[in-house]
Amino acid sequence: MQPLELSAVDLVAAIRQGDITAVQVAEKFLDRIDKLNGPINAFLNVDRDRALARAADIDARRKAGKPIGPLAGLPVAVKDALCTADQPTTCASKMLAGFRPPYDAEVVSRLRQADAVIVGKTNMDEFAMGGSNENSAFGPVKNPWDFTRAPGGSSGGSAACVAADMATIAIGSDTGGSIRQPAGLCGITGLKPTYGRVSRRGLVAFASSLDQIGPMTRSAADSALVMETIAGHDRGDATSLADAVPRYTSMLEQPLTGLRIGRVAEHFGAGLDPEVARGVEEAFAAFKAAGATIHDVKLPHAKYGIATYYLVAPCEASSNLARYDGAHYGHRAEPGKGHRAEPGKGHRAETTRGQRAEPTSEFESPLVEMYCRSRAEGFGPEVKRRIMLGTYALSSGYYDAYYAKALRVRRLIRQDYIDAFQSVDLIGGPVSPTPAFPLGEKTNDPLAMYLVDMYTVGTNLAGIGGISFPCGFTRGGLPIGFQLQGPALSEPLLLRAVDRYQQLTDWHLRRPKLPA
Amino acid sequence: MTTQPTAAEPFTTIIGLEVHVQLQTKTKLFCGCSTTFGAAPNTQVCPTCLGLPGSLPVMNRHAFDLAVRAALALDCTIAPFTKWDRKNYFYPDLPKGYQISQYDLPFSSDGRLEVIDPKGALWRDVRIIRVHLEEDAGKSMHDEAAGTADTRIDLNRAGTPLCEIVTQPDLRSPQESRAWLNELKLLLAYLGVSDCNMQEGSLRVDANVNLHIPLAGEGGADGRLAKTPIVEIKNMNSFRSVERALVYEAARQWEEWQATKAEMGNTPKQTRGWDDAAGVTRAQRHKEESSDYRYFPEPDLVPVTVSEADIAKARAAMGDPPTVLRKALAEKWRIPAYDADVLVNQGRDLVDYFEDLATRVGEGKVASNWMQQDVLRTLNERGGTIGEFPVRPEAVADIIGRVTKGDFDTSRGREIFAEVLASGRPVADVVASMGIAAVSDDDLVSLCKELLAANPKIVADVQGGKEQAAAGLIGQARKKNPNVNPGKFRQMCLDLIRGM
Amino acid sequence: MALSRQDVAKVGLLARLALSSDDLDRMTGELSKIVGLVSQLEEIDTSAVAPLAHPLDTQNVFRDDVPAPSLTTAEALQSSPRHDGSCFLVPAVLGDSGAA
Repeated sequence: MQPLELSAVDLVAAIRQGDITAVQVAEKFLDRIDKLNGPINAFLNVDRDRALARAADIDARRKAGKPIGPLAGLPVAVKDALCTADQPTTCASKMLAGFRPPYDAEVVSRLRQADAVIVGKTNMDEFAMGGSNENSAFGPVKNPWDFTRAPGGSSGGSAACVAADMATIAIGSDTGGSIRQPAGLCGITGLKPTYGRVSRRGLVAFASSLDQIGPMTRSAADSALVMETIAGHDRGDATSLADAVPRYTSMLEQPLTGLRIGRVAEHFGAGLDPEVARGVEEAFAAFKAAGATIHDVKLPHAKYGIATYYLVAPCEASSNLARYDGAHYGHRAEPGKGHRAEPGKGHRAETTRGQRAEPTSEFESPLVEMYCRSRAEGFGPEVKRRIMLGTYALSSGYYDAYYAKALRVRRLIRQDYIDAFQSVDLIGGPVSPTPAFPLGEKTNDPLAMYLVDMYTVGTNLAGIGGISFPCGFTRGGLPIGFQLQGPALSEPLLLRAVDRYQQLTDWHLRRPKLPA
Repeated sequence: MTTQPTAAEPFTTIIGLEVHVQLQTKTKLFCGCSTTFGAAPNTQVCPTCLGLPGSLPVMNRHAFDLAVRAALALDCTIAPFTKWDRKNYFYPDLPKGYQISQYDLPFSSDGRLEVIDPKGALWRDVRIIRVHLEEDAGKSMHDEAAGTADTRIDLNRAGTPLCEIVTQPDLRSPQESRAWLNELKLLLAYLGVSDCNMQEGSLRVDANVNLHIPLAGEGGADGRLAKTPIVEIKNMNSFRSVERALVYEAARQWEEWQATKAEMGNTPKQTRGWDDAAGVTRAQRHKEESSDYRYFPEPDLVPVTVSEADIAKARAAMGDPPTVLRKALAEKWRIPAYDADVLVNQGRDLVDYFEDLATRVGEGKVASNWMQQDVLRTLNERGGTIGEFPVRPEAVADIIGRVTKGDFDTSRGREIFAEVLASGRPVADVVASMGIAAVSDDDLVSLCKELLAANPKIVADVQGGKEQAAAGLIGQARKKNPNVNPGKFRQMCLDLIRGM
Repeated sequence: MALSRQDVAKVGLLARLALSSDDLDRMTGELSKIVGLVSQLEEIDTSAVAPLAHPLDTQNVFRDDVPAPSLTTAEALQSSPRHDGSCFLVPAVLGDSGAA
């Protein structure tokens, strides 16, 4: 039995039947992580001892005939944006290096309750801000298909570890595409559920009205399995939906006959890589072959998605990240060691020495100095940019022109979807304009990086569901992703459509060539 | 009622108040931590009120209901749709870096609360701009003597529900401001909205004050009004210090006006802190950027809608506010407005005590007299609440009943009241142990006759029209029998003398 | 739409981010570019459109006024950079913020 490549559905069944023990499974995956995490850097923390103890407990209960949970023994990797009481939670930021929350995120509690085995916390863009995973304070993640390329972001570690068989499933979070885009670039399946479907409690907030946790797996069937555990109402999250959770796994098999899939002509305009365009068109053809019909739909305001998103998200982020000020937890700058320091940068260190004569002269008090320096030292450049942008857009005199304006356009964007879903059931298209791009290609051009989210931000702004999955490969061997978006609470349909597609194709079964 | 400038005070003081009251809930506004005052630091905290990463708020239903009750009592209009906003600023007692408050859509607005002057006339009808619901911050504790030492932060208070009540600048003197605050406190305490304990910080007041000065030589009484720059006074920890701070600040602004002629508009609003020990206000450092709070809708909470039915239900559950209760009490028990005012101002529990007593006695005025002269006086001397007062209404009613029956007089009744209070024994026991037994009419007649025979001069004086001379007999009678009811004895003597 | 260096310095203080002279230069350029990007929203007429702050239409979500367990003081302080066992310690400030 080779547990590394089994689907989550099959692996859970094998453990339940006693074909393999949870400890054997955990050991296999932990060994794989030991071997591959060095080059890939998908994990920020691996908890071998706890994972094995947990697996042993599950085996003992199974042998004793006691009940075990629906994910019993399944190795799970959790994005480091979700709080875990027994492992550090850093959001890949120096600000939270070593931070240990005194509580578990609701999704983490549910995974534990379901007897999943959490093997570790995955790397990400700092505070989930980025599209390449290069904004991690702890180094970038490498794309398992090509170590010179980015895995996408911000859930790059979660995508890479599933693609590289270091975990069967992973948990990601998606604020503007952070599950779907890395899933697309790493050749796996990633679901961004409807806003409110999965509790956000314990997810370190980036942009509260956009953030949503979801599964990152090898197939839609595996995502359906995970959703049955993580979805559902949480009284501790006022924005959590009370709607009953469907049995996603039992709703996959109905054929796609009569399914109406929308195609947005503007998705295929300038900026879309031709190989990606070809892969996406072939997927449309496959859906058609499976009984679906393809229809042109319009999303007239979709082209304003990026501009809207890059106001709404930074505004909320500027407030959400105000708590990281060195006062109660997290990084605090040492007093009296100069200020405005960016450690490790030669010419700035000189400036720092030069300013030492009057260490607090530019701050109105030692407290303000502590705040400003702690935040300057703790946050990376992209997080700072977004905090600055959001602070500016909310500040007196600019609120109406930027934040309020963006909220009005947000309504138009949502209305576009509502109108479109009058005539189609789902909307298909590319996940991102290009396949995985080389590391470093966009790091000096924030605007170019922002455009990688162009097909994904609309889902979050409208609060609806979206899923991405592999639909082919480039000549260079890089995965091409396809995205389906559906109305609020259309997860059963999204998962079914992808599962039916995956029954007819094998793109999702392909694996990068990695050391065995 | 108007307050005109006078020669001694050639200006009108314009005052608006901003009051924060903690709501009487068991738990905080957004989490299940206790709101009990006085716990050891950082023992009533959780991820939510500590502002830990990933934590989320969920609104306390009871806090919202109490806030609605307060707003209704202040005659406010309740908004059918309300939402919460984040007010962003950095301070160590605010762990999230923002306070969840209400900005452009508060749950209530446009109310009023009258204040009555000591003579019972309307002093001022104060309009209320808005009442909104927000969370409190934690406590910063700084030992100033230690100079550069760290500030200690206790977050037990962080997240406690607060109502913010903002008035129009309708108050015109420090005295009426204090009286208005007393009325507000009484009202909120009556409705069970807040315990309004200023020592524990459950009621806090900031005041905005400036002067309107009629300019002579610019058209006299019809001329232009000079308005001094508005000053916000903070750090007042009692209603008395509010009054003192306002008196001080009005005088200070008058002096400054005379020296600088600085008017509103030329200078930004200033914040001054009240130093109670020194009896002065002091300018606080002005932080220009800190006033940009970047309010925006709180995305972690959903809006609240309130229907007409909800409002009717809240109103029904509210009970009478003091203004209504004063009138109702005066009418129901036929007591003077002054009595009703004194009783109501002591709080709901004392009114309940009074009504219990009056019901047992069957007569309002007598019950009210005993309340004012005995119960309240001793309560004030002893301290404590009426709920803890050891002499319960049934005992007081028992004593009053015996006085009415003529067993003994009121002053003897007072002695018994004092003894019941001191000993904690039942009235009947005390009466018996003090040897108080009703004197029979026959005994009283023979005692009367005996004393009249022994005091011919007094008899002659009374017969000569000096009825007060009979008082001389009462002392002698009580020496012979301390249980003699002096009123009854005196009347009997007078009757016997007339019959002579 | 260009931001001035002074604008950026003011925002830096508002956001409590210390910015060196180099940071200010770089940030002024970057923010100006981003503001230029987001300013394309100006071309849409939104005069008849209400803002949409949140994708959910739900309302009236409450919890009951029932106490839940708090953390221990040790748990509350476990990640504090400086504390005295009962309180968080920060550089000297005078007075409460007043939760105004």
